[in-house]
Amino acid sequence: MPEAVQNIPIQLKVNGKLHSLNVEPRLLLVEMLREHLDLTGTHVGCDTTYCGACTVLMNGATVKSCTMFAVQADGADLLTVEGLEREGQLHPIQKAFADSYGLQCGYCTPGLMLATHQLLSRNRQPDDKVIRKAIAGNTCRCTGYQNVIKAIQLAARNMDRV
Amino acid sequence: MLTQLGDEAKLLAGGQSLIPLMKLRFANPQHLIDLNFISGTSFIKEKDGILRFGAMTRHAEIEDSSIAQKIPILHDCAAGIADVQVRNRGTIGGSLAEADPSGDWATVLMTLETEVRCLGIKGERTVPIEDFIKDAYTTALDHNELVSEIAVKKPNGNGGGAYLAFKRCAPVYPTASAAVQLTMQGEICKEARIVLGCVGLTPIRARESETALRDKEIGEKAVSAAVEAARTASDPQPDMRGSAEYKRALVGALVKRAINGARRRALGEKIELSHIYA
Repeated sequence: MPEAVQNIPIQLKVNGKLHSLNVEPRLLLVEMLREHLDLTGTHVGCDTTYCGACTVLMNGATVKSCTMFAVQADGADLLTVEGLEREGQLHPIQKAFADSYGLQCGYCTPGLMLATHQLLSRNRQPDDKVIRKAIAGNTCRCTGYQNVIKAIQLAARNMDRV
Repeated sequence: MLTQLGDEAKLLAGGQSLIPLMKLRFANPQHLIDLNFISGTSFIKEKDGILRFGAMTRHAEIEDSSIAQKIPILHDCAAGIADVQVRNRGTIGGSLAEADPSGDWATVLMTLETEVRCLGIKGERTVPIEDFIKDAYTTALDHNELVSEIAVKKPNGNGGGAYLAFKRCAPVYPTASAAVQLTMQGEICKEARIVLGCVGLTPIRARESETALRDKEIGEKAVSAAVEAARTASDPQPDMRGSAEYKRALVGALVKRAINGARRRALGEKIELSHIYA
């Protein structure tokens, strides 16, 4: 049996708020978000680095939070789906997904919206091919991708106006 | 630390293979040494016609690098590995050190003059990529060594390369892949390197395919001889990605397309190529 391990102190920013935690070194980032910070908008889908339901932004880049240890996010700046809205106002990406019916059951949606966030922060006028490549790491098992792509195009247009 | 902790310790680079393997209990290290907080291990530099990549350079950084673009086949590879999220974390050094038979980097780098710098307590040594990859999941690294840098020589002006990998969807490993590097003199191929991925325990150098192209015009006849030789050279295992027969046919088709891409690039055309998936 492995000997008992010591918890490790970490400090990180999640949705603009600073958190100090003591976590087991084996704790996955997604479990830290869900179990320790109650941010259950980040989902566990496949738990095998496939589906992207656990996608969050770390320092502006998307990562699969089921494929990182929480201690590896020490000092990082994270954005989860809960951090998208501002003062009760939906983020243009969230609004576009709702307006375009870019979701059905919604399980994959937080991950898809954060993948969209990285895409649009680097490219405000992505074409269809670029969009498809940008969301290739996010699996949707009910609505399909057509309306998701429409939502991303709409979000790009709306964010351009802001 | 590796010396101190012994065989029970493993190095953690991008973690995009190791962490899933640990979840499946295929890997069960008692200690993980995280390399992500060591500064100066992620860089892309060019000097004297050699591109140098720090071992912890992420695939996404290579994808976005204008220096790496100078060898288009490197961009083909970096831009198509898994998906955005995995490319944001996964590293070139980690991928080589893992030596998964279905990994992308080793296949591509074997078509170029590539040296892997290995760093240990006894010092640093340089191993050509052909000698670095020993077997499936086995490299020339000693237990207390790590990859510090990958140095790739830029092909000469008449050289062009292309990498194509077929996968069923973005996040998975390819079913088969082909990397081709050609040196052209007009329409005549002066030098060729052809490496097949995912169809053997290591990337396979298809030497007979290379011979089929060398000193020949890249036309239908030479290409079909090269494709046939590549099919013969491949040694695929049947698995959930396809039967051996299917993979053999697939790798032939990929070689054909990659030869065409490499030829066009060697002749100065700018074309975009990457992994093929639904």
